[in-house]
Amino acid sequence: MSFPPLVARGLRKRYGDTHALDGFDLEIETGAVHALLGPNGAGKSTAVNTFATLTRCDEGEVRVAGRDARREPAAVRASVGLVGQHAALDEILFGRENLVMFGRLYGLPKSAARERADELLGTFGLLDAADRKVSTYSGGMRRRLDIAAGLIRRPALLFLDEPTTGLDPRGRNEVWQAVRQIVDAGTTVLLTTQYLDEADQLADRITVMNTGRVVAEGTAQELKRRLGGDRVLVTAPAHADLDRLAAALGGTADAELRQVTVEAGPDGGAAALTGVVRALDAAGLVVDDILLRRPTLDEVFLDLTAAPAPSALPALPASTPSALAPQTARPEGAHR
Amino acid sequence: MNAVAATLRQSWVITLRDLKHWQREPWTPIFGIAFSIMLVLVFGYLMGGAIDLPGGGDYLPYLMPGIFALSMMFGIEATMSAIANDSKKGVTDRFRSLPISGAAVPLGRAGADLMNSAAELAVLMVGGLLIGWRASGSLGATVLAVVLLLWLRFGMLVLGVFLGLSFRGEGGVTAVQILVWPIGFLSNVLVAPESMPTWLAFLAQWNPISATAAACRELFGNPTGITGGVLADHALLLAVLWPAALTLVFVPLTARAYRRLSR
Ligand SMILES: Nc1ncnc2c1ncn2[C@@H]1O[C@H](COP(=O)(O)OP(=O)(O)O)[C@@H](O)[C@H]1O
Ligand SMILES: [Mg+2]
Repeated sequence: MSFPPLVARGLRKRYGDTHALDGFDLEIETGAVHALLGPNGAGKSTAVNTFATLTRCDEGEVRVAGRDARREPAAVRASVGLVGQHAALDEILFGRENLVMFGRLYGLPKSAARERADELLGTFGLLDAADRKVSTYSGGMRRRLDIAAGLIRRPALLFLDEPTTGLDPRGRNEVWQAVRQIVDAGTTVLLTTQYLDEADQLADRITVMNTGRVVAEGTAQELKRRLGGDRVLVTAPAHADLDRLAAALGGTADAELRQVTVEAGPDGGAAALTGVVRALDAAGLVVDDILLRRPTLDEVFLDLTAAPAPSALPALPASTPSALAPQTARPEGAHR
Repeated sequence: MNAVAATLRQSWVITLRDLKHWQREPWTPIFGIAFSIMLVLVFGYLMGGAIDLPGGGDYLPYLMPGIFALSMMFGIEATMSAIANDSKKGVTDRFRSLPISGAAVPLGRAGADLMNSAAELAVLMVGGLLIGWRASGSLGATVLAVVLLLWLRFGMLVLGVFLGLSFRGEGGVTAVQILVWPIGFLSNVLVAPESMPTWLAFLAQWNPISATAAACRELFGNPTGITGGVLADHALLLAVLWPAALTLVFVPLTARAYRRLSR
């Protein structure tokens, strides 16, 4: 009988008047990347730190591979890796020395720690910089070294807290690459992010959270569908027949903006865009502008938080298959 | 037993890491020593001539043990800022997320700081010998004096870890850097308390570093400047008890401060 890598039920954590976690539930699957998506202050770090036993929450239960994080923190720490929101490296030591030190602290003998350090430096493209002080590293390099340090013991489950926040596009790409390598090697990853496109790029499943609660959960596809998905915005020239355009494209017209909005179907935005271009061509219509719009995180939140407060909705079982309906904080005592 | 061995091994890894910091950025320890040497020069030569010791004796041999004790006390700044810095940089959180003993990080720090202070003490003692300070007690007494000095450093270390964890901002370290001055000087390290107003003299003789300085003077066979008061009879005992008291009070408080990090 194998346990899910992580199950959290009914987590609550207060800091003074702030409910950092307010009835938070999460379950992740083996071998997948699960993204925890939320704006600043949503409670992502609090959640991840609780899973890694760094923070103790006031209520609720965390099980990592079946082990209770509160009762067996040492066992949990031994099976997970945490890469916190802020790079946790020794700036004065060299990159290699950092990895060797953490390896030794994990209990590896000196030679094994060196070997593992070199292996990870190679994997993450850091061999050239291995013997330089970390304080000379770029943001992307630092982040990769930080991730490498979290992988020394080949954890079954790796937490990455906002791994690309503050990085330039190049650094972000390097980190994404690193995350894909980790997953290919069979590690389950829980990553937090503020960026929908990051979750979209990397994650198999996404949990959207805000103010300490789960607001929605599903695959990127499902979430986008819930959000109305991609849209193609077609701007008509002045004096064009907007209704004829809308009819030809199968969209809705906005006279004020001289715009027709076409909602993308299940095949996504690119397919919709191609369809629009074909339809325009077939009908011999000329337009001013065509724009493919994907839902942004802003829209996710406007949409998800505009819904009635989750607690006002009837309770749903946590295991709703299309868990896209807003999840609710279940009534006290409803869980074991 | 196994757990103890593992903790010691982990502590040693941390100690090596802390020592590497000094190897790579040696300015902190070098300034520490330079500073103590400056105090010797300023007080020994600039002001020493004007200072008369109660009970007689030369000022320089009186001063040196005081400087030793003072430099042990000032070590608290290094401990505190290293701990605060780790905590700020997130390194502490990484350590806490590892399956290692909670005692390993402070113990490792203690190992490195004690080695650093022992080296500093050695430099100061050799310097003292060069300018005419002598340890004329028995070898055992001399060793005991050095142990008492490091014991004071250990007490300061425990306090420094606690302060570093509890006041992590820049403000905390700066406050301590300023406070060590009046606290360090309100003692018998530079002048004999008898020359102070009564209430100051009272505070000075109960200062933990006064006890260590007085005990070292006795053990080294240097002038003590003491003609009465509690240190006349109990300097050695107090030099053992004060750091023990600091340890007993601040080890539990430090453990609590560590646990509080997970609030
Ligand atoms: N140690 C703390 N003390 C007080 N408030 C905190 C602490 N940690 C987090 N919070 C608060 O809890 C909320 C969630 O924080 P956090 O988990 O860091 O969010 P995120 O990682 O999603 O940005 C925020 O309002 C934050 O200000
Ligand atoms: Mg965060």
